[in-house]
Amino acid sequence: DTWISTQKKIHSQLSLPVYPLQENRQFGSKMTDSKYFTTTKKGEIFELKAELNSDKKEKKKEAVKKVIASMTVGKDVSALFPDVVNCMQTDNLELKKLVYLYLMNYAKSQPDMAIMAVNTFVKDCEDPNPLIRALAVRTMGCIRVDKITEYLCEPLRKCLKDEDPYVRKTAAVCVAKLHDINAQLVEDQGFLDTLKDLISDSNPMVVANAVAALSEIAESHPNSNLLDLNPQTINKLLTALNECTEWGQIFILDCLANYTPRDDRESQSICERVTPRLSHANSAVVLSAVKVLMKFMEMLPKDLDYYGTLLKKLAPPLVTLLSAEPELQYVALRNINLIVQRRPEILKHEMKVFFVKYNDPIYVKLEKLDIMIRLASQANIAQVLAELKEYATEVDVDFVRKAVRAIGRCAIKVEQSAERCVSTLLDLIQTKVNYVVQEAIVVIKDIFRKYPNKYESVIATLCENLDSLDEPEARAAMIWIVGEYAERIDNADELLESFLEGFHDESTQVQLQLLTAIVKLFLKKPTETQELVQQVLSLATQDSDNPDLRDRGYIYWRLLSTDPVAAKEVVLAEKPLISEETDLIEPTLLEELICHIGTLASVYHKPPSAFVEGSRGVQHKRLPGSAGSGESVESPDPGAAATETPPAVIPSQGDLLGDLLNLDLTPTTTTGPPPPTTSGMQMGAMDLLSGGLDSLVGLLHQGPPSLSASPSTTTLGGDIGGNPAMGAAFGAAPATMPASFNAPGSGGLDDLFDLGGGVGMPMGALNPPKAVWLPAMKAKGLEISGVFVRRAGVIQMEMTLTNKAMSVMTDFAIQFNRNSFGLAPAGPLQILTPLSPNQSIEPLNNLQVAVKNNIDVFYFSCQYPISMLFVEDGKMERQVFLATWKDIPNDNESQFQIKDCHLNSDAASNKLQSSNIFTIAKRTVEGQDMLYQSMKLTNGIWVLAELRVQAGNPNYTVSSVALAVRSLLCCVLLLTSCISVYFEDQHFVLIHNQSCLNSPTFILGRWKYLMVIQVYRKH
Amino acid sequence: MIHSLFLINASGDIFLEKHWKSVVSRSVCDYFFEAQERASEPENVPPVIPTPHHYLISVLRHRIYFVAVIQSEVPPLFVIEFLHRVVDTFQDYFGVCTEAAIKDNVVVVYELLEEMLDNGFPLATESNILKELIKPPTILRTMVNTITGSTNVGEQLPTGQLSVVPWRRTGVKYTNNEAYFDVVEEIDAIIDKSGSTITAEIQGVIDACVKLTGMPDLTLSFMNPRLLDDVSFHPCVRFKRWEAERILSFIPPDGNFRLLSYHVSSQNLVAIPVYVKHNITFREGSSQGRFDLTLGPKQTMGKAVEAVLVSSQLPRGVLNANLNASQGTYTFDPVTKMLTWDVGKINPQKLPSLKGSMNLQAGASKPDENPTINIQLKIQQMAISGLKVNRLDMYGEKYKPFKGIKYMTKAGKFQVRT
Repeated sequence: DTWISTQKKIHSQLSLPVYPLQENRQFGSKMTDSKYFTTTKKGEIFELKAELNSDKKEKKKEAVKKVIASMTVGKDVSALFPDVVNCMQTDNLELKKLVYLYLMNYAKSQPDMAIMAVNTFVKDCEDPNPLIRALAVRTMGCIRVDKITEYLCEPLRKCLKDEDPYVRKTAAVCVAKLHDINAQLVEDQGFLDTLKDLISDSNPMVVANAVAALSEIAESHPNSNLLDLNPQTINKLLTALNECTEWGQIFILDCLANYTPRDDRESQSICERVTPRLSHANSAVVLSAVKVLMKFMEMLPKDLDYYGTLLKKLAPPLVTLLSAEPELQYVALRNINLIVQRRPEILKHEMKVFFVKYNDPIYVKLEKLDIMIRLASQANIAQVLAELKEYATEVDVDFVRKAVRAIGRCAIKVEQSAERCVSTLLDLIQTKVNYVVQEAIVVIKDIFRKYPNKYESVIATLCENLDSLDEPEARAAMIWIVGEYAERIDNADELLESFLEGFHDESTQVQLQLLTAIVKLFLKKPTETQELVQQVLSLATQDSDNPDLRDRGYIYWRLLSTDPVAAKEVVLAEKPLISEETDLIEPTLLEELICHIGTLASVYHKPPSAFVEGSRGVQHKRLPGSAGSGESVESPDPGAAATETPPAVIPSQGDLLGDLLNLDLTPTTTTGPPPPTTSGMQMGAMDLLSGGLDSLVGLLHQGPPSLSASPSTTTLGGDIGGNPAMGAAFGAAPATMPASFNAPGSGGLDDLFDLGGGVGMPMGALNPPKAVWLPAMKAKGLEISGVFVRRAGVIQMEMTLTNKAMSVMTDFAIQFNRNSFGLAPAGPLQILTPLSPNQSIEPLNNLQVAVKNNIDVFYFSCQYPISMLFVEDGKMERQVFLATWKDIPNDNESQFQIKDCHLNSDAASNKLQSSNIFTIAKRTVEGQDMLYQSMKLTNGIWVLAELRVQAGNPNYTVSSVALAVRSLLCCVLLLTSCISVYFEDQHFVLIHNQSCLNSPTFILGRWKYLMVIQVYRKH
Repeated sequence: MIHSLFLINASGDIFLEKHWKSVVSRSVCDYFFEAQERASEPENVPPVIPTPHHYLISVLRHRIYFVAVIQSEVPPLFVIEFLHRVVDTFQDYFGVCTEAAIKDNVVVVYELLEEMLDNGFPLATESNILKELIKPPTILRTMVNTITGSTNVGEQLPTGQLSVVPWRRTGVKYTNNEAYFDVVEEIDAIIDKSGSTITAEIQGVIDACVKLTGMPDLTLSFMNPRLLDDVSFHPCVRFKRWEAERILSFIPPDGNFRLLSYHVSSQNLVAIPVYVKHNITFREGSSQGRFDLTLGPKQTMGKAVEAVLVSSQLPRGVLNANLNASQGTYTFDPVTKMLTWDVGKINPQKLPSLKGSMNLQAGASKPDENPTINIQLKIQQMAISGLKVNRLDMYGEKYKPFKGIKYMTKAGKFQVRT
């Protein structure tokens, strides 16, 4: 009987036998603290004051309790400060504690009064009872008043060396408190050193608190060596780890995670001693242990038996975390998401624990779903799909959407399952539940991208649901599908036309998509859809305020009018496949996050520096490298250090590619130059149509043959006058170049004529330090830095490739995009071989490079110094120079000043010569040195310039005549690019590259110069 | 570390706040209230909420939100674990953890919170230690205190605070020395439409109530310890011994505690105790739906299945249900659409069933979702994983304790899809 009755007590956790509340209630509110809340009348403070000053101990205590109760609910009882402090001198520990509680709350608002308490504190720090000593030092640290902290130092120093460990551990925390109030004081008083000594304390609780305090202090001193971990201290921490409280274990484990073992042996021994923590009941301890193990594992050789054992040991505790309360589950799941990305092998057999229970909170459901997709593989895909289908019929809309999306991701990830996924999605579409249908269409679009020409049979079903789509993303996806497969959909034109009716009410992504889709349709079925395409082009270019839309409209317009064949090549180009795994965290970030498992950073999947306030300059943590990875390929010139501002990197992987091919369904951020002003645009548009062929006739005979257009282009270009060389019509550009166009060029000029900047620079050739072109963050761990130099008549691109990822990179290849000066890699250099192209937006010395390795293809762009392109035989014959100079009309001359240049003309001449800019002649007129310079570009273009140097005047004037150009370099570059386009029989280079055609004004500018060049060549 | 704590009740009032560092204005909770408004259900409030200067980490227990405010990078699990510990402590001290109980004992609550954290660092969270520092408010003690003027704050440093066994106080004395262990297993399972098991796992715990004099050293061994490959121990368990011999060796805390929890996930070890035959259908165009449910015992090793409670969230379109229960009683809440059937004990000879029709809103289309059936049950005298304790021995003390082991199986999250 005893047994059973005891059991009953144990089972009913809610009513522990000893203190049942009901009994409390029987005595009424009189016996509980709620009575303290009853006095809310006006005279309350006054009454309390009287009671606090009462002679009776009991009354005093009751009064203090009432005060505390009022304080807890946020009432202001600060007026009672002196009266409460008077109660401090007491033998009654509870009363003392209550008064301390009060003091901590109000000392800040009554600093002068708080001083009154100091004496008692100091006295209490000497009390024979360690509990009182500790309490006093603890409370003093909580009183954030400067005057009091001064008095705190001596008692604190004593308490840090107290014989009782309870006092020592309290004092350790007090140092952290004091540091928060007055960091300088703590350093001056040498408390930090005392604290460091406590790491070697005999009592594990003291060690744990010292570590905790030091960690907190270290957070505000990221570069200090506060936690200087060496094998000895590590050993002490590991010993303390076994014996201290659960919270202490967390502090110690988090501290251990910052240590980098010397070798794999040490790493293994630490892992061995940390592993038992995985069986702790406290989930925070478990997760901190997981962090340490995940980090130190990196150092273990993978063929080691222990490595495999460790992997096996990590799975069960992670699974167990999922049976805890939902809040714990959530944090655990966010971390598991990271772990699964880093080491999928740990949980690959545990798919089922991530199956969603219908009464899980939504935040747990969504996280579980994410991990299910990450773990999906050929082996378990059937189960996963069955589950996902089940989820798609649940009630919660967000969850259902994500489940449908997950089915699509599975199809893309596990190729074998694609067919099943598609049929599951079709089943779901049949349910006709609006949001399910829309989600399904969005993911089916991705499936089409991944497996082209495989599942197009479902298009008919999709088209049936056209009317029910009301979300932009779904509409855009559907439009993309219709455009992409226009040739298979008989009534594609009708479908698209139906969307066109409400064109201006659509969101941008739908508009962009619709524009592209109709152009695609037109290119596929030109005969029936002329009207439609004209309609959409005019809607996009004339009636829209959206620059992206307008730009794209113009590009298509021009493309179609110039060269439909090229347009076809561009618009209907083969698209790159989308990558298998979506939403992966970029590897360097992942590495950092693995070092932060269990922290807020791991919950947000952002580096702590990105969001934690108060962490002043957090240090980035890195996983230790293991043997066999992290090798770096050094270029022949390892000396050049690399820390320059990184050049423009092609935005987030393939974005630009996507842009080029019009696949972006979401509005992308502007990657090109700032869009020209609206007025400029409109002017360009008008000029475009107003003709102006007079000066252009000369080049017509050289017009690219394909310009003698197809019927459709004639229709479009009809109003220009049916001229076969419509491109020429663009020549009527505004006479001045748009400002935005000048900017990049002048950047190059500064570079080139940076005479004043030559302070720290040797007089040799311009040889800038290496700059990081491709940060590792953007390229799955591959970092590329480099520099362009010209050596012995050869342009060299020196690169340092550094592998910052964990795995070995092989199969390197390199290719340049087609670029203004036709730079290409000289050959497959060691690891480097050519690859596929894009072209530059601007400036013209921008080079876009693709580097491939076994992991992926990375794109980046970098600018080469223009001086690189100047060849050594750029010295023109004097006579030729003179003749050429004269031939060039005056209005083609441009002038600009170089400011603050303190070189004399000879020095300038020398400096320029070292960059292959040669002085042909020099004369002195009225105290002005005139230098005549010539240079020749790699593609055979000459540039002539006159440099006027006024002695004593730091400003130079350059008037340059680059064979008839306005503003020296910028235009020269333009010219050259055009010439290379024109004469090297690469008519389509410009056309091919849409980013070049980003704005109509740019195009106009280019054609203009094309014309000018033409004139010169005739000459 | 933990900066402040706010307790918020179901109606969104902050009824207690505690600050361990500088005071954080309670307006910080506005961010929490915003998140609460967005959440469809109270339990859907995200546990971690960022605000411009702080982070709010919350748990919901006993319909009270415990919202911790932190300012710097702190492990969120650390905070959540601590909050759960606060709840457990309140429950331990006041019997229940409700707004009323907390308000009734606000000074003790304040003292406890002060004792549990110092500057945001956990100080004393073991209930043993806390109870030595701050005596729980018993009626008798309150009366005595009122009369004698003594207090319920301990005058002495708690003995366990610094010893190698911080969980046990010294000088424990009992006249009846007894040690009881409960092996409680919960089955979490998802069963699909056709009755096959999608996932099933067992969450097991061994809870102990040990009232032994002095410093007893116990060992507990199992018949089949290999079942336990995923375990979490109370800190008192000597891990090395477990690793080497698969024996639990420990100096127990005094009173009630959880010795270990374990997790059995390998499918073949998880027996499913009941089966459900169901037929819940709605026809297109009809305002009627059929409901037909029968329960039966499956793998129970001959033990009776008791305290069976079936609940199901019916689709929103269901107006009411006319059902007939062969045993027990059922209720249908037309507001929440929750159908609950209190079955009681399953008689294998006469299987309980619930049959009838459901009325739908006239003209409403057929509901999209299929209701899931939730089952609660209890089986006494059996741990469904088959875990069995072999023997319990005591060393270090001379007396002979009274020992007992009890087994019980419950349904945890046991869900049947239809």
